[in-house]
Amino acid sequence: MLFAGGQGGLLSLFILYCGEVSLGYFMTAELIIVQVLNGIQYGLLLFLIASGLTLVLGVMGILNLAHGSMYMVGAYLMWYFVTVTGSFTVSAALSATIALSLGILIERVLIQRFYNRNHLDQVLVTIGMILVFNSLQSILFGNDPYGVPVPDALDGGIPLTNNSTYAVYRIFVAVICVGIAGLLYFVIGRTRLGMMIRAGKSNREMVEALGVNIKSLYTIVFAFGVMLAAIAGIIASPISSIVPGMGESVLITCFVVVVIGGMGSIKGAFIAALLVGLISTFFSILMPSMANMIIYIFMILVLLIKPQGLFAK
Amino acid sequence: MSKCVTYFAALALGFSLSFSSSIAFASSVIKIGVMQPLSGVYAGPGQSGLNGLLLALKEYETNAHQNEIDLIILDTEAKPARAPELATSLLEQHKVDFVVGPAHSGVAMGMIKVLREKDTVMIIPNAGAAAATGSLCSPNIFRTSFSSWQPSYPMGKVALEKGYRDVYLISWNYGMGRESLEAFEESFKAGGGNVVKKVLLPFPSTNFQPHISDIAAQDPDAVFVFFAGGGGAKFVKDYDASGLRGNIPLLGSGFLTEGNLEAQAEAAEGVITTLHYAEQLELQKNLEFREAFHNEYGHYPDIYAVQGYDAGQAINMTLNELNGDVSDKRAVIDVMEKLTIDSPRGAFTFSRGHNPIQNIYLREVIDGANVVTGLAAEALEDPARGCKL
Repeated sequence: MLFAGGQGGLLSLFILYCGEVSLGYFMTAELIIVQVLNGIQYGLLLFLIASGLTLVLGVMGILNLAHGSMYMVGAYLMWYFVTVTGSFTVSAALSATIALSLGILIERVLIQRFYNRNHLDQVLVTIGMILVFNSLQSILFGNDPYGVPVPDALDGGIPLTNNSTYAVYRIFVAVICVGIAGLLYFVIGRTRLGMMIRAGKSNREMVEALGVNIKSLYTIVFAFGVMLAAIAGIIASPISSIVPGMGESVLITCFVVVVIGGMGSIKGAFIAALLVGLISTFFSILMPSMANMIIYIFMILVLLIKPQGLFAK
Repeated sequence: MSKCVTYFAALALGFSLSFSSSIAFASSVIKIGVMQPLSGVYAGPGQSGLNGLLLALKEYETNAHQNEIDLIILDTEAKPARAPELATSLLEQHKVDFVVGPAHSGVAMGMIKVLREKDTVMIIPNAGAAAATGSLCSPNIFRTSFSSWQPSYPMGKVALEKGYRDVYLISWNYGMGRESLEAFEESFKAGGGNVVKKVLLPFPSTNFQPHISDIAAQDPDAVFVFFAGGGGAKFVKDYDASGLRGNIPLLGSGFLTEGNLEAQAEAAEGVITTLHYAEQLELQKNLEFREAFHNEYGHYPDIYAVQGYDAGQAINMTLNELNGDVSDKRAVIDVMEKLTIDSPRGAFTFSRGHNPIQNIYLREVIDGANVVTGLAAEALEDPARGCKL
């Protein structure tokens, strides 16, 4: 596993080196450190968004294309409640709770019926959900761009260079992402619930035969996947633009992270997200017009070497 | 013989009467096809432009009602791929007299492919692609908004006057973004300015953080950008959060702060932009328009509404001039070309490429609003490069 991560890391370092040398653009050590910070912070947020997708995919085998919509739901709910209540923490708690309930509702009403259907049907129903959520967003919240203010307690900057600072809020986002990553690691690796989740991943029938209520387990997992995406939308809302279509743009990068990391692997998603974050950040500066494309090229290269992703099960 | 003549005359008269009455019937209903984005990322400006148009047409019906107006509204979703099919349906199936749209320049290019050199008059209420009134200009294509060159060109001179010699440019890599940066470069470099770096991000990427760190490292005198909508709001917020707002002046094409100031809050204070409109313009027509729009829709209009409204005004004035008879398409074009539109932005006429000849205002964000601090350019005419009209 370490070897796989090392391969991915070496590959990306190689790409970065080629990029820098070929373009003759050398950055000062100071700038490199800042960009590494940017890349890690971006990568950590990507991980938070992708973790829910890969969790649901790994445990239940369902590819939830509406995952990006859940991210959008979190952001819009956050904006709405902040406008109404003025409190960041209250709004965050409310939005996360609503997202969790929404996840339970969707799983019970819709997703449950598709476990035994083929992949195409599952894809179609989740795409249908995307369309429904986009229309709901337009009807409920309108199409203007919205913003959520950074909470006062976190509204500052740490001096970085002689003319710029690093926003404290971005450090807060990174800390939350690491915290949730740790929480996921703990729950899945060290608790009874996590044990049941891992067992359900390996052999669903056996788990059922052993008396575990697999239906409730699936509901919990799906609802948590949705809530993770929504939490990402919630904490990212002060540093993102809340606009129609924000879910779809996040979804694509999410897929890339999940595919590179290995479908169903949370550790894989973590490493892949960091790599994608760093590569994307550095290449935006070195070759701006290719910044988007480089992620997909990286994914292709990884798949050529490890077809199941870096940490495939 | 006389009986023959009478009979023939009666036949001819009857024939011509029925013929002319069918013409009268056709032109008593004016068909206007609207192609605007009403869903997706561009839905805000799309709906706004449509609202402006509807307000103008409502004024027509109240003031000088002569014809019934039949509106066919199509949602382009700002997808260029759909444009030719939708435009063809308006042209061939609905046989509209006017087409108003679009907001997105990619969609405009698709529409122009179909509507160029045709009888139907096309009025663009937003899309700023230079080619529409430049290399692809056509007698039947008009624009009541701007060309991508217009808002950004005067900022080069403004930057030089403020003493900025080294400027960092950044925008999205698409028509409007590239053309805006090029327009700034044209006047800025002509006056001896130096472009430190020009960055074009893939559209519509909003991952600005690496570039903001790069700007801080390059330490230019000022930064000039083209971003709009939600992306523009995010750029300004990221710029502020990195502590650059007080240190490196941020200049932009006016769309940076249009329709999205609420999302930016304090982060936008001090941002300087150039645009052909500002909400606080103290012109009689602007005040009247803003009140009328607010009464109708419950919120105040933005630039997209003004441009849509002016498209409607152009149609109104043409209909009034021709007494509602739009059967002679050449006459429609002749009348429209010579119009002086009394716009909330200030009166304007059309250039030879059919683009507004208009003032460009210098604005600064003060207390959450775009305050007009001066005139960046007076009666600026887009050069209509490549236009053979």
